[in-house]
Amino acid sequence: MPVGAPEQARESSFADGVRAGIPFAIAGGLLSVSFGVVAQEAGLSAVAAIVMSAVVFAGSAQFAAVAIIAEGGTAGAAVVAAALVNSRFLPMGVALGPSLRGGAVSRAAQGQTVVDASWALASREDGSFDRGLLFGSSALQYVSWTVGTLAGAIWGEKLGDPEALGLDAIYPAFFLALLLVEIKSRRALGVAALGALIALALVPVAPAGVPVLVASLAALVGLHRAAR
Amino acid sequence: MSATVLLIGGCALVTAFIKAVGPVALGGRELPERFTGVIALMAPALLAALVVTAVLADGDRLALGPDTAGVAAGGLVAWRTESIISCVVVAAVVTALLRAIS
Repeated sequence: MPVGAPEQARESSFADGVRAGIPFAIAGGLLSVSFGVVAQEAGLSAVAAIVMSAVVFAGSAQFAAVAIIAEGGTAGAAVVAAALVNSRFLPMGVALGPSLRGGAVSRAAQGQTVVDASWALASREDGSFDRGLLFGSSALQYVSWTVGTLAGAIWGEKLGDPEALGLDAIYPAFFLALLLVEIKSRRALGVAALGALIALALVPVAPAGVPVLVASLAALVGLHRAAR
Repeated sequence: MSATVLLIGGCALVTAFIKAVGPVALGGRELPERFTGVIALMAPALLAALVVTAVLADGDRLALGPDTAGVAAGGLVAWRTESIISCVVVAAVVTALLRAIS
């Protein structure tokens, strides 16, 4: 390594992030159309569905919460489910924390930009995060998530059954595509397989969301130094 | 109406809180070098778990369905083309076709 020229990770601009976020925003937008439809089927008004997307902005948690309402569950039970599904943002936030600047309130606000796709995109191999990519791609996804929900809530009835259209396959396909980008080494592949196994083993015994949270422990493999 | 306010407000608050914990607790701090390797591996672990729980689980049961095949097809496309859009479109179309003929 050249002396005096430390390997300074390049920080992308907000505009770079917006550009990089385009495919995520399109996929997320399609998904949020189906959220708009599903939320109304669960008894939420169109306005409630749109407001929920605008203030919660966490796809899988929104789907989980609305599914509980649809089954006749209470709002309290739905909030608990949303919290469990979102629990993966705890380790993700811990990972991101050291890369953020500013006071506690500012960092808490910056932490709100974490969504799965942007977080994975901004994650560098050295464990730091590219904030430009995070903020820019999340901003665009926020817009498409809200607009997609609006479209689904208003025109959803004309679309028909989201399942018949295969819209429910978008969310896992989206994460699978992200995962393939992340698997840059045999070690990452092994950790992904371990995470998947942990999650699947817990599905029959733990509430929704917990299997994914616990699967993050697979990353502890990283405590062992990679063979050089 | 109040149940809707509780639902949306509650979900917004817990989500904001969970997302704030890590950044507030660890902001600007240098993590020991050993942990940076752990952080770099969190994305594959979490993403893989998200995919398999979405595709192979139905509630608390393990189950295969048309979406399993659709997402697998999408994954193949993503692997060959590196296009996320093609991946999700193929996944949705294959899933929809399999549901239509089953």
